[in-house]
This record gives sequence, C-alpha cells and structure tokens, in this order.
Amino acid sequence: MRPKQRNRLILAIVIVLFVAVSAALALTALNKNINLFYSPTMIVHGEAPHDRVIRAGGMVSEGSVQRDPDSLQITFKLNDKVNEITVKYTGILPDLFREGQGIIVQGKLAPDGTIMATEVLAKHDENYMPPEVEHALETAKQMGVANTKKD
Amino acid sequence: MSIIPNWLHRLSSPRNFYRFAGTVSDWCGWIALVLIAIGLYYGLVNSPPDYQQGDSARIMYIHVPAAWMSMFVYMVMAGAAAVGMIWRIKAASAFANASAPVGAMFTAMALATGMLWGKPMWGTYWVWDARLTSELILLFLYLGYMALQSAIEDRDTAARATAILALVGVVNIPIIHYSVEWWNTLHQGATVSKMDKPSIHISMLIPLLIMALAFKFYYFSNVLRRARCEVLEREKDKSWVQELVRGEQP
Repeated sequence: MRPKQRNRLILAIVIVLFVAVSAALALTALNKNINLFYSPTMIVHGEAPHDRVIRAGGMVSEGSVQRDPDSLQITFKLNDKVNEITVKYTGILPDLFREGQGIIVQGKLAPDGTIMATEVLAKHDENYMPPEVEHALETAKQMGVANTKKD
Repeated sequence: MSIIPNWLHRLSSPRNFYRFAGTVSDWCGWIALVLIAIGLYYGLVNSPPDYQQGDSARIMYIHVPAAWMSMFVYMVMAGAAAVGMIWRIKAASAFANASAPVGAMFTAMALATGMLWGKPMWGTYWVWDARLTSELILLFLYLGYMALQSAIEDRDTAARATAILALVGVVNIPIIHYSVEWWNTLHQGATVSKMDKPSIHISMLIPLLIMALAFKFYYFSNVLRRARCEVLEREKDKSWVQELVRGEQP
C-alpha cells in the first residue's frame, strides 16, 4: 500500500471511530429521553413527571380489565411483574389489546397514581406461530398445571 | 497493492466490469424473479396465519426482508465508497453510487409496510421510538448521499465527499439493530437474528428467508445494471464505448 492510500485508510477508520464515540456519548447522555415509555416501577418510585403527558408501558394484568357497560370507558391495570398501576381510558382499543398483552398508554398521571390515558398502543412480541401451535402450547401448559396440582 | 486480489484488479478496468456486470445482473435478476414468486406463494398462500395477528402478519414477508436489506445495502454502499476513496477505484465508487437509490427504496418500503401494519396492530401509524426514528434517519442518509453525489460536478470530488458521508452514517446501523434492546420501544425485539433459537415457527421462517434471499439477488441485479450505466457515462469518450454503441446500432 502506498503512503497516500495508507493515509486515506487511516482517515476512513478515524472517521468511523470518531463518529461512533461521539454518538455513544450523545446517546448515553440522552438515554432517558430516548426510552419511549416509563415502566410501572419507575412510576411507583416517582420517576415520572406529573405535570406533562407521559407514556407508560407494561403488561395488562390478568383479570383487571373492567369495561363500562354504557360507554367506551375501560379501566385496567398495567404491571411489569413487580409493580402495578391503574389506567383509565375512553376510546377504541387496538386489535392486539388483551389481558397479558404488552401495551403502551399515553396520558397524564393523576395525583393518586392513576394514568388518565388518551391513547393506547399495543406492543407486539417477537413470537410468530400458527394458531395450532399456540393451541398446543396452551394445552401443554394446562396439562402441566394439572399435573402439578395432582402432585 | 497486495491487499487487492488480482481478479479484482482486472475487474476494476471499466470495460471488463461492464461486460461482467451485464452477465451477472441478468442471472441475478432471473433468480430473484423465481425466488420472489416462490416466496410470495409460500408466504401469502401456503403459510399459516399468526396466532395473534391473523393474516395481517403476512406483511412481514415484505417488511422484514426490506428492513434487513436497508441495513445490508448501507454497509455494502459504505464499504464500496470507502474502497473507492482509499484506492481510487472508480468501479467501487460507481457501485456505491448505484447502491444508494436501491437502499433508499428498501428503506422506504420497510417504513411504509411497517406503518400500514402499525395502524391496526399497534393503533398508530407512527411513534417516535428509537427503532422507527433511526430507520427514518437511514432513509435521510441515503437521500443525503444521493443529493451530495449529484450536487458536486467533479466525479472524484463527489466520490470523496460521499464516501465520508457514508462512513459517518455507518454509526446508525448498529443503533438501528440494537435500538430495540438498548431502549424501551414500541417496536418488538429481534425475532430471527438473536443468539438462541429464533422465536418464529419454521413454516413462517422458510418463506421469510426465501424472500430475504430474493431481495438480495434483486439488489445485486439492480445495482449492477445501474453501475453499468454509470461506467458508460464516465467512459463515453473512450473508444470501447463508441465501438459498443456503433456495433449495437445497425
């Protein structure tokens, strides 16, 4: 390699390294702002602001969904397996909304820790499988539960 | 000199590159066409619907390969641009320039199909989460590359400037890939490319991989055809180009 080419190679490497380091520093500094949502634990610990619109993300707790019979109002709990928060929402829910599903809500935090949501987004998981497989998994899980109960 | 193998050096002569690219482009194009036909039939007709999303999940047979390609093409483009800048190989710069519109198309395709899927599934077309935002930045990097390349008249200056832009943008690629792990995002995590077993059923994985392969062949076919055009344009005053034009026009 001729000296000129070597210099240009070094220049290319330096550019990539330099940009990578500055991006890493900037992203570390902005780390909290890049997170799309607060987890229930963060909210319970008071890390989320009360005065502006925030997003909260977690799993819809099993058996916590209560629908108002006369309107579109719905109340449910969000958990991250450690802490739980209550969410109130009026409106149409996305297709993937169900108990146990990961979702993200947007709204304001009321003084009592309830989120008055204006938007509910369903978070899809990374699992893809045909319905029969899902059915087989469910059956296997229930049989497993039944077996442990017998013991 | 020793770093570049001999065949590659011979290929860097514009005339040889032109002929070689034509043959390879034709082959890649036909293979891509066959694979897309098989992949679409397998994906849209023959594969099962998803247990949660039903038939809407089928958009992934376009969305996921397009998103993979948007990153793959960028890495190839930046690599070719760097080789073009360091060793002053014109064919490499031409290859990088030809990659930019194809990469931009794949990025736009990934964004568009993702938005169409997002509305019924997530409940929104767009959120500013880390994955979606970094992919949008990738689209702007491609567009910026194309704008810069066409804004500078002198080809060698343009090659140098665009190579630096391409290298600067490389940092975005790991950010796109790991965005779903580093931050809380609405976009789901990686399904296929994670260390343990892919969390997708084999009957859906096969059409997905066929489509991914098809898109790769399409890319190579398309990019070589574009690179051929650029070589002709650059060499328009050379005797072999003029012979070629005269020979093909009776």
